[in-house]
Amino acid sequence: MTGAPLSTSLAGWELPSPLMVASGCAGSGRELAAWCDLSALGALVTRSVTLDPRAGHAPPRVVESPSGVLHSNGLQNPGLQGFLATELPWLVQQRVRTAVSIAGATLGEYAELGRRVAQAPGVAAVEVNLGCADREHHDREFGADPYLTGKVVAAVRREVPRGVTVLAKLRIGDGPLGDLARAAVDAGAEVLVVGNPPHGLSFDPALRPLLGAVTGYVSGPAVQPMALHALWQLHRALPDVPLVGGGGVRRGADVVAMLAAGASAVQIGTALLTDPDAPGRIATELVDELDRLGGSGPARVPDLVGAAHRREGDSQ
Amino acid sequence: MSTPAAGNGPVHQLAEVLTSKQVGGHRHLTLVAPGVAERFRPGTAVALRHRGDASASVLRRTLPIFTARPIGAYGGTIELVLPGGDGLDDLAALPAGSTLDLVGPLGRPFALPKDPVATTLVGDGVDAAPLFPLAARLRERGCEVHVLLAAATETGLFGVLEARRAAKTVTVCTEDGSVGIRGSAGDVLPELLARTSTDVVYAAGPPAVLHRVAAAAEDHGAWSQALVMVAMPCGTGLCGGCVVPVVGEDGLTRMVRGCAEGPVFRGDRVRWRDLARVPGDAWGAQEGYR
Repeated sequence: MTGAPLSTSLAGWELPSPLMVASGCAGSGRELAAWCDLSALGALVTRSVTLDPRAGHAPPRVVESPSGVLHSNGLQNPGLQGFLATELPWLVQQRVRTAVSIAGATLGEYAELGRRVAQAPGVAAVEVNLGCADREHHDREFGADPYLTGKVVAAVRREVPRGVTVLAKLRIGDGPLGDLARAAVDAGAEVLVVGNPPHGLSFDPALRPLLGAVTGYVSGPAVQPMALHALWQLHRALPDVPLVGGGGVRRGADVVAMLAAGASAVQIGTALLTDPDAPGRIATELVDELDRLGGSGPARVPDLVGAAHRREGDSQ
Repeated sequence: MSTPAAGNGPVHQLAEVLTSKQVGGHRHLTLVAPGVAERFRPGTAVALRHRGDASASVLRRTLPIFTARPIGAYGGTIELVLPGGDGLDDLAALPAGSTLDLVGPLGRPFALPKDPVATTLVGDGVDAAPLFPLAARLRERGCEVHVLLAAATETGLFGVLEARRAAKTVTVCTEDGSVGIRGSAGDVLPELLARTSTDVVYAAGPPAVLHRVAAAAEDHGAWSQALVMVAMPCGTGLCGGCVVPVVGEDGLTRMVRGCAEGPVFRGDRVRWRDLARVPGDAWGAQEGYR
């Protein structure tokens, strides 16, 4: 997974590969390390860390849905202190480029998480999970509202020194995406991630919800066109903002599609649940795709970012 | 597909279905899976994908391994047991020659005693299968092995004949009394544990059975280990979907993954009544999640 053709950049954060592991899909990192070389990844996004430990939701938490999974884990994690003591040092020691995902229930929690995470050695980036309920405003989702989105990102940005990249993760599929994105960027987000999976619900034959948490989120191939559409929209609206795409990436060809729609990097998530060794395979496929798409020599990842828009422009 | 560098870690490989046979009320699938067979220890599992790469199905199905033969005419093989009879599910119905994508062996195996103690193995229905290779390992260590096999009816029983070859004593019980003692494993076990002076109980079955087995073992003063098969969507510890409330050494209940921290747990550590929920006193439990 090495070699210059795969290298990419997210607002000055240089990655040797556009392949990232999405938040919440690597366990603590150790589980995934049994299957793939984490240091060869572009970056690994940790599971979302909250200030206090969370036991998560009642099972079932992950069920199959058509061409995807419906899930709601309830952000199970050991809390900030446990994370900083047991999970982060291992990732840093393994030389994994690490973005720490943070999830707050209040603006103050986001700020404290941002401050303490960014102070920890070895953290390259902070990914702000905006898909959390605002405890002070009737559990409204921060990321559903441009004003709250801006407030959260600004609260984190203030606490995170320059040099640590701030990524804002927006939800695919609902909400005024362009307004949310502008609010995040205006508040200091350097990179946008699309993103958090759309809401979902399924029932068993007795009409009981399949998930212990009743409602959840849909991930996997089912949402890939939605993710591509979100990237497409955002790249048009904010062509200078680096984007990261996630949603159903299983193959090298999926990566290329996301790059062409506007992403500078992609996140692999659900594919890991089926194929924990997917990142190595996808990297190999991506190299083949770059060979196929190149002219005289192989294409490079930065050449492909937004390429579908340019092609669209040519035809008009 | 890859084989992780470490020699003992799980592998990801394509496996051919060598045979698919009906044995009594059950379906036995033998798979050519050398990497898994070599690494197998009793109590570990495999996560399977059998509907083909292009299917809409994106999760795995995790099943305990029945037996493994590391060396054979076809290379290493493993055997799985599934419910048989009418209406086979799509995995049990796979014909010989089909290809499965599998990851394994996964999870923590049964812990074996250092000393030659007296053991009782309790299996309910088809879930009893992984206890048979365990019985062989226990006997290798000089342990006395007693087996209790239970099922709702006679057709549900698994491995009665084989158990007679593998164990010092075999007790059979059915809920309807169609064969053996009428009753459940939980009804029969206390007397059996006393009669055999059992030191360690190993159990495999549905949670309700495991709960009673663990309680009977505790009453008798024996250690117990239970193989808990909750639905495991990935099998590798990545998705966090298969959580079980387990009490740690420090007395705190944590939601731990059945696939990564299990599937074998100490019977007295599992919060059997709370399997389908997050207990309010669990580490990190939140208001509203109870």
